[in-house]
Amino acid sequence: MNTIKIMGTDDTPTVILDAENEVFEISGRSLPEDVTAFYEPIIRWLDDYASNPNTKTIFTFKLVYFNTASSKLLLDILMKLEQMHEDGKDMLIRWYYPEDDEDMQEAGEEYADIVDVPFEQVSYTLN
Amino acid sequence: MDKKNVRGFLEFVYDFYKSMKAHEITLVYEGEITHQITKAFTSLTESNMAKEEESNTVQKKVFHVMVECLQNISKHADSFGSDDFLFAGRGIFMVSKGDIEYHVTTGNVIENAKIEELTRILDHINVLDKEGLKQLYKTQMREGRLSEKGGAGLGFIDIARKTGRKLEFHFLSIDEENSFFILTSTISRTE
Repeated sequence: MNTIKIMGTDDTPTVILDAENEVFEISGRSLPEDVTAFYEPIIRWLDDYASNPNTKTIFTFKLVYFNTASSKLLLDILMKLEQMHEDGKDMLIRWYYPEDDEDMQEAGEEYADIVDVPFEQVSYTLN
Repeated sequence: MDKKNVRGFLEFVYDFYKSMKAHEITLVYEGEITHQITKAFTSLTESNMAKEEESNTVQKKVFHVMVECLQNISKHADSFGSDDFLFAGRGIFMVSKGDIEYHVTTGNVIENAKIEELTRILDHINVLDKEGLKQLYKTQMREGRLSEKGGAGLGFIDIARKTGRKLEFHFLSIDEENSFFILTSTISRTE
């Protein structure tokens, strides 16, 4: 299976999808000019991955900012993960938020409410 | 420009300057709102706020509101069925900073035919409390579809949630076809 490695910029997140090394991560800032075009390959990759996923998948979200258009696409990703969980796969979402960022924490809680998949909230300190 | 026009223009510049000062406007722009413009304005405001040691919470709120306001204009300012129409994706964008709050104001032309629907959406948001807004955001995220231009119908809800205030909006009639839509978002500097 191919890997996706996208280096983050000031308006697009870092994305690493590497099944072999068990790294699944979206981090940084997300306000792409064209959200659909940016997230489309990621969604497609997850569709492929769903047909033969690892024994356990830990998917990390470590975002500091995302706009409302991105929030919709992040939900699409989470719903793919939910689908795998429903198919009996071992899935875990780790949602990281800066310790002083209540909005990012709340965003995680909201996603956890919407999708039925094991969901862990982790706070961290920004340097 | 002849002498009289130069004089008139100089007076305009000075009046404009005074008026900006009086309204504590730190940024004003009229024109097409592109992604590059959005990035430039948000990073400019971010660095200004950092320099003035604004709290992280306030900085984040201002950033959120600015992005959603700018994207509203770029996605919704009316194109009247043609991409090269004078007002397509254009509008006025202002940020002002007072002692206790920031204001982000946008103004753009919209077709009168759309006022009713827009008013309904905004009024609906304005009757909801914190919990209601949260539920609406979740519902819209789940059920809403991304428009061709990437709008998710979430921007106004997000602004109401981030500012914790009612959306303040007005329509000024231009002519039988069009109006000018003004939205002001206020972010408290003390919370």
